[in-house]
Amino acid sequence: MNAVAIAHPPPDAAPEGLTRSDAFVELENVTHSYGRGERQVHALTETNLRIEKGDFIALVGPSGCGKSTILKLVTGLINASSGYVFVAGRQVGAEPVRVGMAFQNPTLLPWLTLLDNVMLPLKIVPPYRQEYRAKRKSEFRDRIEALLAQVGLAGFSNKYPWQLSGGMMQRASLCRALIHEPQLLMLDEPFGALDQFTREELWGVMQDLWMTRKPTVLLVTHDLKEAAFLANRICVMQARPGRIIDDSAVPFPRPRTIAMSYDPNFTALTHSLREMIVHARPIKDVSQ
Amino acid sequence: MNSQTQRRIASAALIIGFFVFWELACLAFGVKDIVLPRPTQIIYTLFARMPAIWPHAIQTLYTTLVGFGLGIVFGVALGALVGSSRLAYDVAYPLLIGFSTIPKVAIVPILVLWFGAGTVPAVITALTLCLFPIMVNVATGLATTEPELEDVMRAMKASKLDILFNVGLPRTMPYFFASLKVAVTQAFVGTVIAETVASNRGIGNLMMIASSSFDVPLVFAGLIILAALGVGLYVIFSFIEVRVTGWARRNDEFAMG
Repeated sequence: MNAVAIAHPPPDAAPEGLTRSDAFVELENVTHSYGRGERQVHALTETNLRIEKGDFIALVGPSGCGKSTILKLVTGLINASSGYVFVAGRQVGAEPVRVGMAFQNPTLLPWLTLLDNVMLPLKIVPPYRQEYRAKRKSEFRDRIEALLAQVGLAGFSNKYPWQLSGGMMQRASLCRALIHEPQLLMLDEPFGALDQFTREELWGVMQDLWMTRKPTVLLVTHDLKEAAFLANRICVMQARPGRIIDDSAVPFPRPRTIAMSYDPNFTALTHSLREMIVHARPIKDVSQ
Repeated sequence: MNSQTQRRIASAALIIGFFVFWELACLAFGVKDIVLPRPTQIIYTLFARMPAIWPHAIQTLYTTLVGFGLGIVFGVALGALVGSSRLAYDVAYPLLIGFSTIPKVAIVPILVLWFGAGTVPAVITALTLCLFPIMVNVATGLATTEPELEDVMRAMKASKLDILFNVGLPRTMPYFFASLKVAVTQAFVGTVIAETVASNRGIGNLMMIASSSFDVPLVFAGLIILAALGVGLYVIFSFIEVRVTGWARRNDEFAMG
């Protein structure tokens, strides 16, 4: 099932949108700016990034360095001002890849129960879409209940989002990003609004999910400990202009534990990341 | 719960108190029937002449509901069109405001000119009166849908239609129902105006004829009928609103059901 996305032979009559890229996700000389004229903001400049299938990448950096912009570009929510974004060998938008995205805010639909909120991707994303129509709802319901239980939300599936705490909504939002077994998982500071203990607990849940299902994950975070705990590779970005200034592997073995995060090596890594980010906050504009 | 019961009792007491005061004031100051009949006289008239009033009430209710139904259909369709994008909304808004500020009484003569006197102009007047609140609210609800909620759908590569049915329309329901309560009373206004000006049936017409023959208790009986119909429909739509859009009020009773 995992191989479906890239097992497709490249179609012969290559329409626009095909590429030579063999990485699962690839950004090629991507520049993106918001706004026009004098108020134009360069969010991202000449960025190159390759992500292999099944990898877990964390993007860290100061505010406004274009981390979320990269996520939105890879999800196809925005189009790059210049350069190319490829997913599964195709220009973004055309790729037959299931994408899951968890946003900074839970963004649950307030008129749906938790169950129906998590059901949403199954209702929309193929091939589940067809199965949903073919009345396999009860089977889906069991799956959702199981996933909710896995993140500690057993028994809450008939509650509405506004009846839950922020942390619970965030967990549900994570479930919604995962329920359709996405091959590509985009996480935009999904644990940002949580308290320390809930966050660490969910890191564990996230690690388990990744280790069992091996989706390709792109995680944006401000939390260096989180990046070091979860990711295989950490990309450090600088702001104005946004670009990747460091890309290094995280050597710690899995499964990682919270206790490991107090290990000197772990602390040394987060410390060096911190140093880089502090220096990556130049006030001057060096774009031209 | 207890304070709610108290409030209900107080409301009922106020309504009853109002009519009692009216009755007593008329008796105390010796106000004549022809100026202001007493509530008891009005109620007597209402029952005594029910067979004559009834067909008119049915006619008015029928006209209003047809106009209201059409108003919902056109209002939602146009609202969805106008609210489909921020641009369409901004472009169309001035024209909508222009239309909605026209006093609708002024268009009745035009409608009579086009369709003749009778039910049709009344239905259309009711339609035009309730069209704008529905359309503007549906458009506003759609146009102000949080981009984050749409992003959730777009990240799943949902089609425009998927987004409309799963996010846009549910999100708009509170706006829609809020407008229905306004619109249904507006539809009554439209119907009665048209009946007064150009019809030979309906409560508006009945009141017109009654007042020209100085049958003041009957005029007031007509008013009572209109009030009862209006309040009845308002209550029905409020009830549906609470059932359907309880989430917007964080209503726990809604969550139980």
